[in-house]
Amino acid sequence: MTTLPPNASPTAFVPVRRRFLVGGTRALLSGAAVAMLASGAARPAMAAQTAEQIKADVDILNTALALEYEGIAAYQVGAKSGLLRPDALKLAVEFQSDHKQHAEALAKAVKQMGGTPVQSKTAAEYNFPTASLKNQFDVLRFAAGLEEGAISAYKGAIPLFADKDLAAAGASILGSEAMHWAILRSALGYKPLTLAFVG
Amino acid sequence: MRRGAYFLIGLGLTTLLCCAPTQVHAEGDPVKGEELYHRCQGCHSIDRNRIGPMHKGIFGRTAGTVPGFSYSSAMKNSDIVWNEDTLARFLENPRQLVPGTKMTYAGIKDAKDRADLIAYLKQATKP
Repeated sequence: MTTLPPNASPTAFVPVRRRFLVGGTRALLSGAAVAMLASGAARPAMAAQTAEQIKADVDILNTALALEYEGIAAYQVGAKSGLLRPDALKLAVEFQSDHKQHAEALAKAVKQMGGTPVQSKTAAEYNFPTASLKNQFDVLRFAAGLEEGAISAYKGAIPLFADKDLAAAGASILGSEAMHWAILRSALGYKPLTLAFVG
Repeated sequence: MRRGAYFLIGLGLTTLLCCAPTQVHAEGDPVKGEELYHRCQGCHSIDRNRIGPMHKGIFGRTAGTVPGFSYSSAMKNSDIVWNEDTLARFLENPRQLVPGTKMTYAGIKDAKDRADLIAYLKQATKP
């Protein structure tokens, strides 16, 4: 496996086309499903659900929200670590911004469904393994691990939604996490990974 | 004499099938299991509580008892002790085994995958 030197610029190994995607088409990719989620507006699909189904969906949304808060906090730790070169820092801040948007949309959906959104924790409560983060490579690898985990978490949760609109929004967020993971893998110098099915 | 023998064989087979454990566990591959554990790492880690509780020491532990983690009432009251069988059943369909669990995960449907994951957990979670 080819790897970058610990403090190399992450965009050095990002193909030109993907660099455009990182910065350029963000707005075009936010779909109707997420826009619906983010608006906090009442959704007709809820009228057809039982109270039990709505509560179960709220639980799933809150798990996802907890995941997003953890990601936001992790990128904050990475950004403040002083270990990231400017290009990598820009990437971290952009990805953190995506997670903040995810969290905002999820929290709104929870409230709209009558639930109470979970709260984020303090950095100490997250207990990130910061002692093992010695350089840029370590930070990006840690972030990539979290993004990979998020993909699996969303993939495991989406089939459980009673409300298919929420499932669609969850799939949209999963797509965002997958982009993050792919770009971070590229930045780490890993061989591009293509999978017919993501586990 | 032959009919008697067949009867005894049939009785033995029937007994075996009736008394078989709910899950027949294939031998798991911990190397493959470690890859599968990536699926769990969205919410769990071996040695610290995250969205889900840590897994260190899980075998033999009563469900719902990791210090510092906020469990659902359902898990705390489940009376489950984690072993290969209970983990296999939980991983197949968490919400079926523990209705009301906070673990919002559809499950691992492939029995070999579950066996591999459990084989990895047996090694990786020793206190």
